[in-house]
Amino acid sequence: MTDSRLKISNNDGVTLVEFVDRNILDEANIQAITEEITAVIEQADVPKILISFSNVDHLSSAALGALITINNKIREKKGAFHLANIDPQIYEVFVITRLNKLFNIHETADEAQAAFAN
Amino acid sequence: MSDQTTTIKDATAVDLVYDRAVISQLIDTILGLAEQQGFGASSIFAVRLAIEEAITNAFEHGHEGLDPSLSIRVEYAVTPKIIEVAVQDQGPGFSPEALPDPTLIENLSKPSGRGVMLMRAYMTHVNFNPSGNRVKLQYVHPD
Repeated sequence: MTDSRLKISNNDGVTLVEFVDRNILDEANIQAITEEITAVIEQADVPKILISFSNVDHLSSAALGALITINNKIREKKGAFHLANIDPQIYEVFVITRLNKLFNIHETADEAQAAFAN
Repeated sequence: MSDQTTTIKDATAVDLVYDRAVISQLIDTILGLAEQQGFGASSIFAVRLAIEEAITNAFEHGHEGLDPSLSIRVEYAVTPKIIEVAVQDQGPGFSPEALPDPTLIENLSKPSGRGVMLMRAYMTHVNFNPSGNRVKLQYVHPD
């Protein structure tokens, strides 16, 4: 059992997920992160997940793949998924891959939190 | 086997097995050289991303179904004008032209298939050898 690379908290029914690491590149870590968030999704009737990238400097396409897998699982349960605090350089990766069209991306966690009420 | 489009002159070559700490150390070494040669933060971000994708592809896809202890070879050369990195695996190779466009609406929800397009988006040139088991990344200084 490895230590979690995530900080998970609950705020008004929304699960806030933050990363411990600045780089989300390592395949093994990405797999572990996916499994940990999947467990949160499976425990919820209607999952509401907010991922904040406030500490993140780099991510890879494998990390994008993990976000897509998480998004697909949340949609299967009719839940809501929002992303926030994405560094401009990383946001460009979302734009290049057009994943900014797939995900609900907000500048701040507060804005994302408010979006769950809509 | 390498061909002219993926050869790097005066390259340093390193053979890597899949060890995340060693991979990170090598990437940091290459990027450290790039910083010394005057490449800025956005260049470093771009090159790190492309090298990560190339190395991940080599191990994950290039060696898929093969002995997991197989090594890949990374070659690099850094000058004030250009960063060149080649990554070669021991697999049979693939056809990069045959990859589906991951930005099409019907492919957006697929978790994989973005590595090569990110390399192409961030690098000045990306060339594969004819068999598709070696890729050369070239990043020309933006000034």
